[in-house]
Amino acid sequence: MRLSFGQLLARIGFSALAAIIGILFALPLIWFIFAPFNARAELGIAIPDPWTLQNFMTVFGNGFAMRGLLNSLIQSVGGVILVAAAATLAAYALSRSSIPGKSMITYILLLFSSVVSGTAAMVPIFLIVSSVGLMDTHIAVILVFAGGLLPTAMFILRDFIDGIPKTYEESAMVAGASPVQAFFDVALPVIRPGIVVVVVWAFVNIWGSFLIPFILLRSDDLMPSSVAIYSFYSEAGTPIVTLLAAYSLIYSLPVVALYLFVSWKFGFRFFGGIKA
Amino acid sequence: MASVEFQNVTKSFGSFNAVSDISFKVADGEFICLLGPSGCGKTTSLRMIAGLETPSSGKIMIGPDDVTHLHPKDRQISMVFQDYALYPHMNLADNIAYPLKVRGESVEKRHKRAKEVADVLKIGDLLQRLPSQISGGQQQRTSLARALVYPSRVYLFDEPLSNLDAKLRLEARGFLNHLQRDMGMTAVYVTHDQAEAMALATRIAVMDRGRIVQFAPPIEIYRRPATTFVANFVGNPPMNMIPVEGIVESEQLQLRAHGVLVRNLPLSQGIKAALGKGAALTLGVRPEHLSMGTINDTNTLSGNLFANENMGPEKLVTFERQDGGRVTARIFTDDMVETTENVAFTFDGAHATLFDAEGKRIAADGERPL
Ligand SMILES: Nc1ncnc2c1ncn2[C@@H]1O[C@H](COP(=O)(O)OP(=O)(O)OP(=O)(O)O)[C@@H](O)[C@H]1O
Ligand SMILES: [Mg+2]
Repeated sequence: MRLSFGQLLARIGFSALAAIIGILFALPLIWFIFAPFNARAELGIAIPDPWTLQNFMTVFGNGFAMRGLLNSLIQSVGGVILVAAAATLAAYALSRSSIPGKSMITYILLLFSSVVSGTAAMVPIFLIVSSVGLMDTHIAVILVFAGGLLPTAMFILRDFIDGIPKTYEESAMVAGASPVQAFFDVALPVIRPGIVVVVVWAFVNIWGSFLIPFILLRSDDLMPSSVAIYSFYSEAGTPIVTLLAAYSLIYSLPVVALYLFVSWKFGFRFFGGIKA
Repeated sequence: MASVEFQNVTKSFGSFNAVSDISFKVADGEFICLLGPSGCGKTTSLRMIAGLETPSSGKIMIGPDDVTHLHPKDRQISMVFQDYALYPHMNLADNIAYPLKVRGESVEKRHKRAKEVADVLKIGDLLQRLPSQISGGQQQRTSLARALVYPSRVYLFDEPLSNLDAKLRLEARGFLNHLQRDMGMTAVYVTHDQAEAMALATRIAVMDRGRIVQFAPPIEIYRRPATTFVANFVGNPPMNMIPVEGIVESEQLQLRAHGVLVRNLPLSQGIKAALGKGAALTLGVRPEHLSMGTINDTNTLSGNLFANENMGPEKLVTFERQDGGRVTARIFTDDMVETTENVAFTFDGAHATLFDAEGKRIAADGERPL
C-alpha cells in the first residue's frame, strides 16, 4: 500500500504531536527520578554529576520528616482497615438483604461523602472532633477519612457483590453452613478482588491527603508525610529542591510498592461466576 | 431419607402469588418432579423446601418435623443448583468436601470421602482442578457429588441438567435414574422438560400459575391428563387438541368439526354430564396414536399436508384441517406417506381423550387406576 503525500505528511505530523505530548508528560517523572540523586538539583532537568546519596542522608537526619512517614503509615493502614472492613460488611448487607430503597441509601451516602471529606465540611468536622475530644489524635484522622471514603467504597463493593451469584452462599447454607460461615468460607474469598481494589484506592487517598491531618493534628510527632514535607521549605516558603526531591521519592515508594505487590499477588483479576 | 409435605402453602411476592395454596405429599423414597412452564412457581416451591424462601402461609413438613421456619442449615437436605454454584476459589476436592468441613470432619476424612464420591461420578482424577478448569458436564457432576457426599433426608434438584448439551443430558439423566434406584432417595426435581420428568419421576406434579394441576405417576399424566393444559404440556409433540361439537345419535356420541369424523363413541355418564353444560368439547389424540387411513374409516382426521418431517426412526406428519387447525401424527418411517395434498389419519376410539367445556378431562365409565 502506498500513501499519498498528504497522508504521509498527516501521519508524520500525528506521530510528532504524540511524541511531544508524551515527552511533556514524561518530563516531571524524569526529573522526579534524577533530582534526588543530584546534589545541585534545580527545577530544570539535569543528569546528576556526580550521582550522590547526600540528599537522602540529610533527609534521613530530619526526625520530623521520618516520623511523618511512620504517621502516614499508621493513619493510612488504620483508615484502610476500617474502610475495607466496614465497606465489605455494609456492601454485603446492602447487596444481599431486601431492604426497600437500599440503592437510595447508597446514593444519598455517596452524595454526602463528597461533602464530608471536602473543604466545605472542615469547620463542622473540626467542631465535632474537638467536642468529642479527639483533637490531635490518629483516631480522629482515621475516623474522618473512613467517613469520607466509606460511601464510595461501599458503592464499588456493592456493585461487585451484586455480580456474584447468591447461589454460592445459598448452597453453602443448604450444605449446613451458618450465614456467618457461608460469608467467610464462600462469599469473602470471591469478593476479595473487589476488596483489594478498595484497599489500594483508600490507601492512595489517605496517603496523599493533606488538609484533614493538617487541620485535626497539632503536635509535630503525629503529623503525616503530606504535612511534614513542608519542613523542606525555607522560612520564606521557597522549597529546598534537593531535599524535597529526595523526600518525595521516599514518600511515593509505599504507594508504588503497594501497586506492585497487589498486581503480583492478585493481578487485579476477578473470579466472577463460573461460565455456564 | 424422609417424606416431604406441603400443607396449604402460599408464597407471595408483594401482591403476586408465585405459589397459591399448594398441598401435596412426597412419600419417603419417592422421586417427584415439579413440571411446568417458566414462571409457574417450581423454583419457588423447591426453595421453600430448602428454607431459602419462607412461605407466606401454610406449613412444610420434612419427615415428622415442621420445618416451615427452620434455617436451611438445620434441615439436613441437599440441593443441586441450576448454575451448580461451585465455589470458584476451591478445587474440586474442597468443593465436594465443603459440607463435611462445616460438619467439623477432619481434612483426611473429608478428602477421603470426597474421593470416594468423585470416583463414583468419574471425576476422581480432577480433584485438584478449579471449577473453571473443567467442562460443563464435569461441573454438573461435581455439584452432584457435593450433594451426595453427606447423609441427607431429601435431595432437591433445580433443573440440574438444563445447562448440558443434549447428549450429556441423556447420559446424566440415566445416571440420576440409576442413582434413585440404587439409593432410594427422596427427591424433588424441578424441570420444564416433560421428557426428563417422564423418565425420572415416580410421580409428576404438573404446575400452572402457582397451582398444582395434576399430581400423578408419569403414565397417568400421559394417558389421562387431567386438563387440556396438562395434555398440551406432556408428550413430544404434545397431544392434538381439536375443538369439536358433541352430538348424541342412537345412544352414542358423535363428534363433528371440519376434517373430523368420529362416530359411535360410548356415551358415558361423564359425557352426558358434560353435554348437559354445552355441546362444545375438546377432542385430544396423541400423535403416536394416529396411523395412515382413508377418509372412510370410522374415526378419521383429515386435511391438507402441511409438513412432513423425517426424524430417523419416525416421521412427523402435520396437516391442516379446513378451519386451519393443525394436527400432527407420528408414524414409523416405513409407513409411506404419499405426498398427496389430502391426507387422512385414523385412530382407535379408545385412544380418544375428551375434555369438557372447561378443559377438564371426562372420565370413562368404570375407569380403573393405572
Ligand atoms: N424474589 C422474587 N421477587 C418477586 N417475584 C419473584 C421472586 N422470585 C420469583 N418471583 C416470581 O414468581 C414466579 C415464579 O417464579 P419461579 O422462579 O418459581 O418460576 P419457575 O417455575 O422456577 O420458572 P423457570 O422455569 O423459569 O425457572 C415468577 O413469576 C417470578 O417472576
Ligand atoms: Mg426455576
